[in-house]
Amino acid sequence: MGSNLRNARFGSPSPFSSKKLALRRFDPIFRRRLQEWLTSLPTLFWLTLFIVIPTLLVFAVAFRPANPYGGIGPGWTLETIRSLWNPGYLVIAWRTVWISLLTTALCILFAIPTGYFIARAPERWRNRLLMLVIVPFWTSFLVRVFAWKSLLHPEGLIKKVLEAVGLAGPQTTLLYHPAAVVLVMVYTFLPFTILPIYAASEKFDFRLLEAARDLGARPFQAFRKIFLPGIRRGLLTAVLVVFIPALGSYIIPDLVGGPASEMLGNKIAQRVFVDRNLPHAAALSAVLILAVLAPLVAVLGLQRKKEKPDIIIGEAP
Amino acid sequence: MPEFLEFRGVSKRFGTIQAVADISLEIKKGEFFSLLGPSGCGKTTMLRIAAGFEEPDAGRVFLDGRDITGFPPNERKVNTIFQSYALFPHMTVRDNIAFGLAIAKRPKSEIRAEVEKMLRLIQMTDQAEKKPDLLSGGQKQRVAVARALINKPDVLLLDEPLAALDLKLRQRMLIELDLIHDEVGITFLYVTHDQAEAMSLSDRIAVMDSGRIEQVGTPAEIYESPRTSFVAAFIGDTNFLEGRVLDCPDREYCRLAIAGMPEILCFNDKLIRPGQPIYLSIRPEKVHISRERPEEKPQRNYLPAVVEDVIYLGSNTKYWVRAAGYRIQVVRQHARYFLDEKPLRWKDDAWIWWHADDGFMLEHFRKADEGLLAVPPQKVGEPLNGK
Repeated sequence: MGSNLRNARFGSPSPFSSKKLALRRFDPIFRRRLQEWLTSLPTLFWLTLFIVIPTLLVFAVAFRPANPYGGIGPGWTLETIRSLWNPGYLVIAWRTVWISLLTTALCILFAIPTGYFIARAPERWRNRLLMLVIVPFWTSFLVRVFAWKSLLHPEGLIKKVLEAVGLAGPQTTLLYHPAAVVLVMVYTFLPFTILPIYAASEKFDFRLLEAARDLGARPFQAFRKIFLPGIRRGLLTAVLVVFIPALGSYIIPDLVGGPASEMLGNKIAQRVFVDRNLPHAAALSAVLILAVLAPLVAVLGLQRKKEKPDIIIGEAP
Repeated sequence: MPEFLEFRGVSKRFGTIQAVADISLEIKKGEFFSLLGPSGCGKTTMLRIAAGFEEPDAGRVFLDGRDITGFPPNERKVNTIFQSYALFPHMTVRDNIAFGLAIAKRPKSEIRAEVEKMLRLIQMTDQAEKKPDLLSGGQKQRVAVARALINKPDVLLLDEPLAALDLKLRQRMLIELDLIHDEVGITFLYVTHDQAEAMSLSDRIAVMDSGRIEQVGTPAEIYESPRTSFVAAFIGDTNFLEGRVLDCPDREYCRLAIAGMPEILCFNDKLIRPGQPIYLSIRPEKVHISRERPEEKPQRNYLPAVVEDVIYLGSNTKYWVRAAGYRIQVVRQHARYFLDEKPLRWKDDAWIWWHADDGFMLEHFRKADEGLLAVPPQKVGEPLNGK
């Protein structure tokens, strides 16, 4: 309350903008700001070194010519960027988007009830159930994708069972199909969706659902109108945590998807490893990065604007 | 007036705990009815059974003559004020209040008009667009009341609605709740552990302990003529005396033998037989104390006593005296402290007396209930209720 008032009057002071630095050294707000800056320095350093600089390098390389030996030639060019305008890419980009969207939607669809039930389970059960969600991480991601490959194989277990039940004929292919890509992607990303949704559900006050029922809501109405808005932050995190890596996925479509399920990630890898054209790969990556960043920045900006706390000057009795 | 909300032989068990044990209770239309008891006595379970959040293991619940046992909460014409208020944090005050009508898909114009009416009732028209987080405790409470009342429930259930408020605000909200009850004329079922709240608001009170109802009655009945030692000790303070009935010479009064005391006269409203063991409850403020021996009057019991503890409280003084081996609490209201007779002090000899009508024979006595009485220790380190 006190600091709120002060902020309202002075604006948020930046540590270096004050002319009376000496006088303000012991101002508690100033000290806190300084502490915040100092404690986040290592993180900032880390992020700059391993995220910001590499990203800038990718952007830079996109404007350099390729040389025939797989390296980067001298000078600058816009040729690579121009060559991206290719209908073939549009098909792949669209496929990348819909596979990612479908994966995200399915993950959220499965994760909401899972998170809800774990959060409502008796306390001593919650950690065990969470363990079950985390257990797959004990095995290498690559190994798990290979396991799916053998499960979905024409001679694999799933195909055999489906055939025995009569749901699949001998000609049905499970592998090398966009559906296989979506299946394995959902499998891979589901734990990442369950965790933030569980975390939000666990903080949710379930008495609110009783209140909604008390006021006449049917169980599903209460769930939709009270529970889902109540965990919206967790939902947003879950969406970002799936959708962004899904856009860039490369191993899954490479292993279980055929040529008909190629995604942008595969194309980038192809440009690097097969064509040995780094600038082209960099240009594709840059487009992908921008495509992800733009909506993300928009969403976060909108959220911040919305959730800026009102300044309370006084409270009515 | 006919019964409106009725519990018939209701029982509920959670694991090994019998939360509610075969309770039958009738609440009249328009009544302000309280369930009063210590935590864990089953009062909240009763409320949750009425709301439909819990299913009774046995027994039925009737509302306005209709069996509503097994109805889900959304199909009962009852609404609840939760102890935590349970306001929806992502909605404004207006949307919170409108929730019930919006769910019922009532026309927009009607919802708007009803919400305005409610906002005026709780005097929060200017706060309508705020989120609950920005409200004070009292305001949240009022929104919770409005949100429940807008559905025009047959019964409003209140689960310790004032427990989260500070003392001053609680007294204010107490009066507001009473005014709202008068205004809307809905049946209120109020759950509380605070006897002062229950006494000041209720038309009738059911005192509960360990899943059972100890006594149902008006606040005055419960205070003046407690049936059991639990009721006597839980509501207000009292003194317990153990004895035996000698005889009942004139139907109105019985003579009692209490070890170490002269014969004690007590009003007899029970079918009591000579020789029967009894427990007597006497409220501290009904016992008089003085240095002087009181004059003898019919139906007056008096005993010599020694003052053991004195607590001066401004408006009155509490004395603990030793009389016939019993430690007896006396509350004396003083008119003018310094002009009254010379104040009684520690170790002074005194006389105590009370009228036979002010003692009350208990139907049921349990030793453990003495633990509910606040008796000061006589030695350093002695437990508070140590005898």
